[in-house]
Amino acid sequence: MGTAVKKGDKPNVGATPNKEQKGESPLELLMYLIIGVGFGIIFIKAEIVSWFRIQEMFRLQSFFMYGVIGSAIVVGALSIQVIKWFNIKTIKGDKIIISDKEFRKGQIIGGFIFGLGWALTGACPGPLFAQIGSGFTVILVTLISAVAGTWVYGRFSHKLPN
Amino acid sequence: MEQFIEWIKQPWPWWIAGPMIGLIVPTLLIVGGKAFGISSSLRHVCAMCVPANIPFFTYDWKKELWNIAFVIGVAIGGFIGHYLLANPEMIEVAESTQRDLAALGITDYRSIMPHEIFNWENLFTAKGLLFFVIGGFLVGFGTRYAGGCTSGHAIMGISSLQWPSVVATIFFMAGGFLMTHVFLGPLMKLVGF
Repeated sequence: MGTAVKKGDKPNVGATPNKEQKGESPLELLMYLIIGVGFGIIFIKAEIVSWFRIQEMFRLQSFFMYGVIGSAIVVGALSIQVIKWFNIKTIKGDKIIISDKEFRKGQIIGGFIFGLGWALTGACPGPLFAQIGSGFTVILVTLISAVAGTWVYGRFSHKLPN
Repeated sequence: MEQFIEWIKQPWPWWIAGPMIGLIVPTLLIVGGKAFGISSSLRHVCAMCVPANIPFFTYDWKKELWNIAFVIGVAIGGFIGHYLLANPEMIEVAESTQRDLAALGITDYRSIMPHEIFNWENLFTAKGLLFFVIGGFLVGFGTRYAGGCTSGHAIMGISSLQWPSVVATIFFMAGGFLMTHVFLGPLMKLVGF
């Protein structure tokens, strides 16, 4: 691992999964924004972004979050199989390629570090945005701190076990 | 219609919310061949604002703007969900959790987040340092180091049968269990709860 990576290569594959030659048009960006709006509404309406729900989950006192994540995985997996079986293309007609994730020590160490933060903030990155939208503006500080954490990782990633 | 609005305002059960989240996976794939993932947006913000010549952040972030548009949408969705489709009741939390949290000094169930922790007054206190600054830092650092978060690994990764994502998810949970059951109590006492 890490041998023969040319300068500028990313330590983490899959982190920028976009292989398009150019970016999206404003109209396409609007489409992603609308999908995001739907996602944010689900987040709030099912109270998935609640700090309390995450506490219930880690205390094994409610099935709710396990049901959410579990059923999301089942539906996601079935959808991907359907896409593969019927060779469904994107609306632009491109082939849908799902890149494989390579195993790295970071999935263990970084995953564990994220878990510690998840139980404190009650949020993974997605819910942070929804919490801010729902009026908990102080979560902006958490978000800025998360960006700082990402930056520090990027700055020192070459010195960490990968 | 009124009944429908009433129903929408209720908190949604997991068997509605989970499958709907699962459907984001094929939606993003079909709309533009995009892999579902949110923590990457934090990286794109770094690449946009403070790349500082770090190889990890010097890439063409303009190609990744869809991810930024998506998370801005999530925030707008949070606003709509909270202010237009608001649940009139207090949040229902398992009784056993309420007991555990009461022991830590958390008893306010008016919103989805406990006001005792998440308010601006706490910003420049030890409470704010722990929950906002350190918590946020761990989330940002950890997700990038792991190469994804709950969306990218637990949902997108496991859905597409990537075993490294299973490993990542197991360690997300391990970290969360350790924080909740071992560190959270003492840390909260330390910061004055």
